[in-house]
Amino acid sequence: MTNIWNRLRHEPWIWSFLAAIGVWLATIAYTGGQGAGEILTAALSFATFSIIVGLGQMMVITTGPGNVDLSIPATITLAGVVAMKVMDTDSARLLLGIGAALGASFLVGVFNYGLIRLLRIPPIIATLSSSFLVLSTAISYGRGIRIKPPLPLDSFATMRILGIPLAAVFVLVLSIVLAIVIKRTLYGRAVVAIGQNPRAAWLAGINVNRTRFMTYVLSALLAGVCGILLSGFSGGAALNMGEEFLLASIAVVVIGGTSVAGGRASVPGIWGAALFMYLLVTMLNTFGASAGVRLIMTGVIIITVIVLAGGETQSK
Amino acid sequence: MSRSLLRSLLPVISLAVVLGATFYVQPRTMSYFGLNLMLQYAVPIALATIAQMFIITVNDLDLSIGPFVGLVGCISATLLYSNPLLGALALLLCIAAYAAVGALVHSRNLPSIVVTLGLSFVWLGIAVLILPSPGGKAPEWLKSIMALQTPFIPFPIIAAIVIGLVVQLALMHSSLGVIARGAGGNPRAMARAGWSMLKTKAAMYALAGFFGVLSGLSLLGLTTSADAHVADRYTLYSIAGVILGGGEFIGGRVSPLGAVIGALTLALAGSFLIFLRISPDWQIGAQGAILILVLALKAPLTPRDASK
Amino acid sequence: MNHTAIKLDGVERNFGAVRALAGVSLAVGSGECLGLVGHNGAGKSTLMHILAGTLSPDKGDISVGGTRHEGYWSVNVARTNGIRCVFQELSLCPNLTVAENVRIVHGSLKGIGWKKRSQDIALQKLDEIFPGHGISPSDAISDLPIGKRQMAEIARAFTVTDIPLRLVILDEPTSSLDAVTAQQLLTFVRSQVTKGTSVILISHLLGDILGTCDRIAVMKDGKTVAERPAKKFDRHSLVAAMGTEVNQNKSTTAKLAKAKSQAPVAIRAKPKTAADTGELIAHQGEIIGLAGLSGHGQTRMLLQIFSRSDAEVPAPVAFIAGDRQSDGIFHLWSIASNVTIRSLRSLLRRGLIASDGEGLLAAEWKKRMGIRTSDMNNNILTLSGGNQQKTLFARALGSEARIILMDDPMRGVDIGTKLEVYEMIAREAKAGRTFVWYTTEMEELQYCDRAYVFRNGAIAASLEHEDLTEEKILQASFAESSAA
Repeated sequence: MTNIWNRLRHEPWIWSFLAAIGVWLATIAYTGGQGAGEILTAALSFATFSIIVGLGQMMVITTGPGNVDLSIPATITLAGVVAMKVMDTDSARLLLGIGAALGASFLVGVFNYGLIRLLRIPPIIATLSSSFLVLSTAISYGRGIRIKPPLPLDSFATMRILGIPLAAVFVLVLSIVLAIVIKRTLYGRAVVAIGQNPRAAWLAGINVNRTRFMTYVLSALLAGVCGILLSGFSGGAALNMGEEFLLASIAVVVIGGTSVAGGRASVPGIWGAALFMYLLVTMLNTFGASAGVRLIMTGVIIITVIVLAGGETQSK
Repeated sequence: MSRSLLRSLLPVISLAVVLGATFYVQPRTMSYFGLNLMLQYAVPIALATIAQMFIITVNDLDLSIGPFVGLVGCISATLLYSNPLLGALALLLCIAAYAAVGALVHSRNLPSIVVTLGLSFVWLGIAVLILPSPGGKAPEWLKSIMALQTPFIPFPIIAAIVIGLVVQLALMHSSLGVIARGAGGNPRAMARAGWSMLKTKAAMYALAGFFGVLSGLSLLGLTTSADAHVADRYTLYSIAGVILGGGEFIGGRVSPLGAVIGALTLALAGSFLIFLRISPDWQIGAQGAILILVLALKAPLTPRDASK
Repeated sequence: MNHTAIKLDGVERNFGAVRALAGVSLAVGSGECLGLVGHNGAGKSTLMHILAGTLSPDKGDISVGGTRHEGYWSVNVARTNGIRCVFQELSLCPNLTVAENVRIVHGSLKGIGWKKRSQDIALQKLDEIFPGHGISPSDAISDLPIGKRQMAEIARAFTVTDIPLRLVILDEPTSSLDAVTAQQLLTFVRSQVTKGTSVILISHLLGDILGTCDRIAVMKDGKTVAERPAKKFDRHSLVAAMGTEVNQNKSTTAKLAKAKSQAPVAIRAKPKTAADTGELIAHQGEIIGLAGLSGHGQTRMLLQIFSRSDAEVPAPVAFIAGDRQSDGIFHLWSIASNVTIRSLRSLLRRGLIASDGEGLLAAEWKKRMGIRTSDMNNNILTLSGGNQQKTLFARALGSEARIILMDDPMRGVDIGTKLEVYEMIAREAKAGRTFVWYTTEMEELQYCDRAYVFRNGAIAASLEHEDLTEEKILQASFAESSAA
């Protein structure tokens, strides 16, 4: 037992899981054990979306200091709008809609990296500027009323098996694939190497630009997936549907133990952090906290977690 | 003309182009009153940008400056209005909190992005607690300062120039400014020369807090009532302003005058787009396009590094 | 010497389980130049950090001017006692000017007119140490080439405002300087010493140590093992004291240069940095040296070959960095991952990297390069500098590359490691690999079949193995340099 703990406590992601469990226990202690399962199910449902975009953000952040994708919210919105419009509630056009939404996301990724590479704009500003353009495109294209998602998408996004959301299973598979990609493929190694030292990576024969390009495209595609799923889950696309994921995508990455300085990614940490973030809000709601207190507590806990996790990496 | 000179002039040129375009589209703005109206919000944006610049000088980033400006507004429209002494104390406490965050970020070696991300929730939460719905009243003196009618040159322009020059002098030409920039350029070298990085960072964060307070006060003087969310966009504006002004995210390379000019450019771009009468759908997109355009001009002027 | 400037007594320092200093006692007299030599990991750098106050000793006493220092020894205490240090890695702020960097180390440079005073001091010291340096105090450090940065930092260490200089520590000060500026520095050190300032000189260039120092201390395993006046040492006895077995005859074996030039051409390239220049040609299995004063286009030549711009390079290429920290190692990774990164493509099985294959490759090169570690899965930073460099050699040699580019890779590596690596290079060249080797050390050119001497970005001369004498290289490096 102590052995397992000694191994685990050096994993950067363990803290996010401990925090999630702690918050969950506090909640059910308050309710007297009532609704423990329901809370977990809801957490899995809602965390799914931050996990998807968190994975993309994680890859971007891992490619090194300064790399961050602020266009994720706009891309989510664009993908949702495009998917709903192309599908037009028709199940037969499901794949077409998914294809169109992912195609649009792909273009956003290409555009982002074009700004970074060709115009040499720092990523944070490049993706911010492009997100303005993407959002305008979504607003302009998605004018008018909400279009409901076709039934298969709706049921895929909301279906539960034994209390476990189907979408969460899908994202679990996605996460495992990505974890393998990071550890065992040339692309994954290249991302981690570049994040530590881009010049050394280049001199070791790694194509730095292609790797970064693929990473920004991957992040945009994952945002697209999130947009499609989210539209299915919440009964259609909305122009502000991506908003909350700007901060959430960064928060889950860092709370999850991925190094902000680049070169170290943690897939399990994304899960722990996303669950933690959702369970935290649930706990505060259960306690009957006001909006202001909820905000303050969210902030304080984010800072506390990073202080604890940061302290651990320091001493290593 | 040398590349580096051209690059340092780029912020000025961008501002001139945006200003020229605005005059061309709407000639009536070419007047004392027109400029005053267009640029009145430039003062709080410029102050927030300077605040952000202090943080960027020491290689950090402040994602909480927008909500902080909003919080200052809320405190000033309630506490400072009803009880000036207590209000002033609360604002001093805000600055002290910033210094403490700087010390925390440094002593625990934390990523500033995450800490300030969490902090943005805290500021917002406190603001919402103080002022659950928009309201409150700006102190009279604040309103009258911001409505000042200066002869010949509109007040916002004079204010922006004064802010820029003072900070330029302090950061780029004073002997202590060297220490601050050195802390961004090579922290280890500074430590080896016997300077405390903890003190430097705390001081720079405190300065950011101070200018954040000034930004919140000046904004309240213009809006006359407060709203916790009024300045949420300032976070992104301030970052963009620093970069537009020729600053860089790492290495202690910043330019206070440039940052102020960058902030003016951003404030003007907003007015320009309204005068252009483009569809509201594309307002925000056009802002993105202007940002990209200005930054794109920097590319051919920056020496290319083969590896990066 | 009449009295001591600084004295260490039984100083100990541990890093975790590693004992960096095991009770060092060392004294420097005022007006004395003390040479300090030893392998990497012998404890020289730790000792210097303690003197400079950037590290505190676990145990032991420090005395300044004969009186024992009480209380905490810190950077500021060291500074107020007139101790300055030029560390091996540069300690300047690249975003600031030379004058501003001078201000950083002088608390008294403040108030009105500080900039002017700071510029005057900087310029005066540069003129004094490096006449004809061509540096302006208002130049930003990032605009200066590496050699001039080092000159600026050295000059900064000797600037004086309110505190008189007691001791200046120079840790590998000439690593980025060319022969002329290095000589200027050593001359200046002698003149400072006669004025009563003490200097500690750390260098791997034994000639500099023997020629400049009054006394030499040899360190090994965190202790001083020998301490004698410089005259009582010679090159051989110094190396012997450091505990290296030198077998000079073994490594300089006869060359088969003529036979190799019949082999097919592996590289053909012309430096892009100059219009009027010779051409670099390397045949398969040759070791080609790039010589000349440092910073004259050799590294750019290597990068040009590496990125294949205006260069005919038909075979795969690998690059061995000299600047390990910035160009070489991946600091979050294990030694094994650092070795295999260049060879992952060949380890793919059905699109995925085979972990057992990776382990085997790492184990093989641990053995072949003699990387000293108990476990290749340890973090790369657990290795000493020399072993990190061996890891970079393993990365390149373990790959499929037929051409190996080396960017002065032996910078700051101990002699024992060097000799092992030289032999490895010779073996690999015999097996058909081509090496292009930029080196700042004259001795290393003895291993080359041919060397190109660079001057102002151009190839100024091509010297065959038998012509590779110090005299000829210097001639090619310096001709016309006064007119240029």
